[in-house]
Amino acid sequence: MSGPFASLLVRDLRLAARSGGSAALALAFFALVATLVPLGVGADLKLLSRIAGGVLWVGAVLAALLSLDRLYQGDFDDGSLDLIALSPLSLEQVALAKLLAHWFSTGLPLTLLSPLLALLFGLSAEGTWALFLSLLIGTPAVSAVGAIGASLTLSLKRGGLILPLIILPLLAPAVIFGAGAVTAALDHLPNGALGLLSAFSLAAVLLSPFAAAACVRLNLAG
Amino acid sequence: MIVSLTAEKLACVRGDRPVFADLDFRVAAGEALVVEGANGAGKTSLLRLIAGFLSPATGNITLNTDSGAISDGEERGRYVGWLGHQDGIKPQLSVGEQLEFFAHLYGARGAVPPTLERVGLVRQRELPCRYLSAGQKKRLGLARLIVSGRDLWLLDEPFAALDTAGRALTAELMTAQCAAGGIVVAATHDALGLAARSLRLEAA
Repeated sequence: MSGPFASLLVRDLRLAARSGGSAALALAFFALVATLVPLGVGADLKLLSRIAGGVLWVGAVLAALLSLDRLYQGDFDDGSLDLIALSPLSLEQVALAKLLAHWFSTGLPLTLLSPLLALLFGLSAEGTWALFLSLLIGTPAVSAVGAIGASLTLSLKRGGLILPLIILPLLAPAVIFGAGAVTAALDHLPNGALGLLSAFSLAAVLLSPFAAAACVRLNLAG
Repeated sequence: MIVSLTAEKLACVRGDRPVFADLDFRVAAGEALVVEGANGAGKTSLLRLIAGFLSPATGNITLNTDSGAISDGEERGRYVGWLGHQDGIKPQLSVGEQLEFFAHLYGARGAVPPTLERVGLVRQRELPCRYLSAGQKKRLGLARLIVSGRDLWLLDEPFAALDTAGRALTAELMTAQCAAGGIVVAATHDALGLAARSLRLEAA
């Protein structure tokens, strides 16, 4: 890959792979949540399959949060963000590259793991497929909304603690539509939730680079 | 190519605190400007204003180029090579990876091996940056400046952490930058080691 955009994307992926295994940490967290809930609820597979969509979606969102605070913070703290801001890339392009890097290093691995975790909840093939598809469509929205929060809290002390409080309410539609898509698949109902999730995700990914770039601009001037 | 950098009636306010006011200067291509002043006088703020990170409270900064005058901060930033207080170096990347990233980011591919040789880091090319000393990190910052290929260099304490040879190298690079028709603006308490105009900042 070549070009400024690709080089930033590749560097962020490389850093994610070498920074203490953030993707592995997110995957481990997701797997632990998915393991503990059936242990707590008991072996009622009917109940487990009914709650699987909600539990796994909440688990995936919380797992993705683990690596969100590093999206901009490291570059801000060590001065790399100044150098990147002076590059030929606009800050909107920078924000898009970072969003994609976060999704490739966190959202995509979580999505790929989900069919395995669905087994713990006794999800049917239709339910597992709906879960996989909803996470594939919805996790870019998690990265997109998270990128706005991460850029907003850049210069705040302990911004990583405030970040979930800012972005979790904004991610409620993704969780509702994502879990709804799994429930609709289990009930063999028309799956409008996937359409709504797609619209939410598309809007988040399109708007996030502009909002995140504006927040970065403010923080660089701070 | 750039022709000159001018500031007129420039004032800077950080938060509610006025940092400096009524600042005027002009630096022509091929010249260096050393910015002096006590701690807190606004040397770093002036560099960040020129780079376009900050907006002036009043006044304006204009970069005159052979294709027109540029007053917009972000557009001016496209001409800036930056060496700031912070090193901008990732401990997880090797020296070569770090420099190659910036070369690609600034669209200056292929210049990495000779640049590492020039700053004396060719033997550290495969070494993760976490093992570099402060002086070697500064040399990597200088290498980054070279590969940026930018006409306007903004340097904040460029001699910090450098040994005698590193200081000589820095002065040599600044001289070469000016000789190539670029501009160097450096905030430092040390002598630059080359002919330079001086600007003393007094807190407002």
